[in-house]
Amino acid sequence: MASTEEIRSGLADIVNEVAGIPADDVQLDKSFIDDLDVDSLSMVEVVVAAEEQFGVKIPDDEVKNLKTVGDAVAFIEKSQNG
Amino acid sequence: MTATIATTRGAAHASILGIGGYRPSRVVGNAEIVERIASSDEWIQTRSGIIERRWAEPHETVEHMSVGAARTALERAGIEPAQLDCLVVATVTHLMQTPALATLVAERLGATPAAAFDVSAACAGFCHGISLASDMVRSGTAKHVLVIGVERLSDITDPYDRGTAFIFADGAGAAVVGPSETEGIGPVAWGADGSKYDLIRQNETWTDVLAMDRPMMPTLRMDGNPVFRWASFEMAKIAREAMDRAGVTVDDLDVFLPHQANMRITDAMARTLKLPDRVAIARDIAHQGNTSAASIPLAAAGMLESGQAKSGDRALLIAFGAGLAYAAQVVRLP
Repeated sequence: MASTEEIRSGLADIVNEVAGIPADDVQLDKSFIDDLDVDSLSMVEVVVAAEEQFGVKIPDDEVKNLKTVGDAVAFIEKSQNG
Repeated sequence: MTATIATTRGAAHASILGIGGYRPSRVVGNAEIVERIASSDEWIQTRSGIIERRWAEPHETVEHMSVGAARTALERAGIEPAQLDCLVVATVTHLMQTPALATLVAERLGATPAAAFDVSAACAGFCHGISLASDMVRSGTAKHVLVIGVERLSDITDPYDRGTAFIFADGAGAAVVGPSETEGIGPVAWGADGSKYDLIRQNETWTDVLAMDRPMMPTLRMDGNPVFRWASFEMAKIAREAMDRAGVTVDDLDVFLPHQANMRITDAMARTLKLPDRVAIARDIAHQGNTSAASIPLAAAGMLESGQAKSGDRALLIAFGAGLAYAAQVVRLP
């Protein structure tokens, strides 16, 4: 099972790949839209890549609740443990 | 003694012999759109890659645009209208329930009494038409088939809807399909997913409209993010299936010609498919907008005219849209 930091770091690489945001900026307290400038379409791409990498399902309805990097990491952790 | 019913024999192979487009005359920049949807040029460009789109003037009807695109395609194919055995028109904006637009286009072109009918597969319509046409040629049902994709989406777009007002546009594209020495149209990978019927739809039925106090033309609605997810990732799988069925890989492709739905979808698909840099990617949407069934032949005509693509190039076509319906095939460009 991946640790919180491993998930954050994996997610940071995905955000970097999809939206060109420096991976170091992708910290738990950062908002995808307001701080990282990841728009809703890029967010869909991030979610799909995260599903593949972490072996979880993130339904369309859930995506709008993932406001910060921390929200996404917590959701992935919970799904992996559940 | 009972007679046996005869079986037709067709050509061994089929290919696209000529492609033509019709771009309506009115160029509509983002500045004209933004006020009604409280948006900006930058927002539209980042969200869709659309800089401007073409909308039809009143005289540029679906019939007018179809005939224009068809004449160019026929001329480039070196085929006379009288040689056509069948016309297939893919459209969702012939605003007459019946008769089919194809019969009128056939008459205007001088192709009567060729068989003529419309196909309703929304943005996927052109690739459905190419599949039908190649099957007709190979089975002997027809020797030359004209496939037209045409839309006047501006007629059924709500200028105040933030999700669609900046996307949809008008135009026509046509392709002549006929017999060929070698295969020019690969096996189709196609299907539909009616569980997603509501994601792109006409907002009101005609009956709903009649019940309104002030009846209005029904308009299109789209749930952008789920459509983006489906188109960018599920459709990449269909693109791979079309390549597998044709016996080619991304390394054999020269051109990627996806339905011009949104530049972001095109980019995401290209990344998912890991297309080599040398593959030319259709980006017609930037100046044309999303013309549904017309977008692939329009983009193909544009790339052939500008030299971005050349005759003999191997192109991957993939079309997807309301239904949700989809179809993809590898073809050789004329």
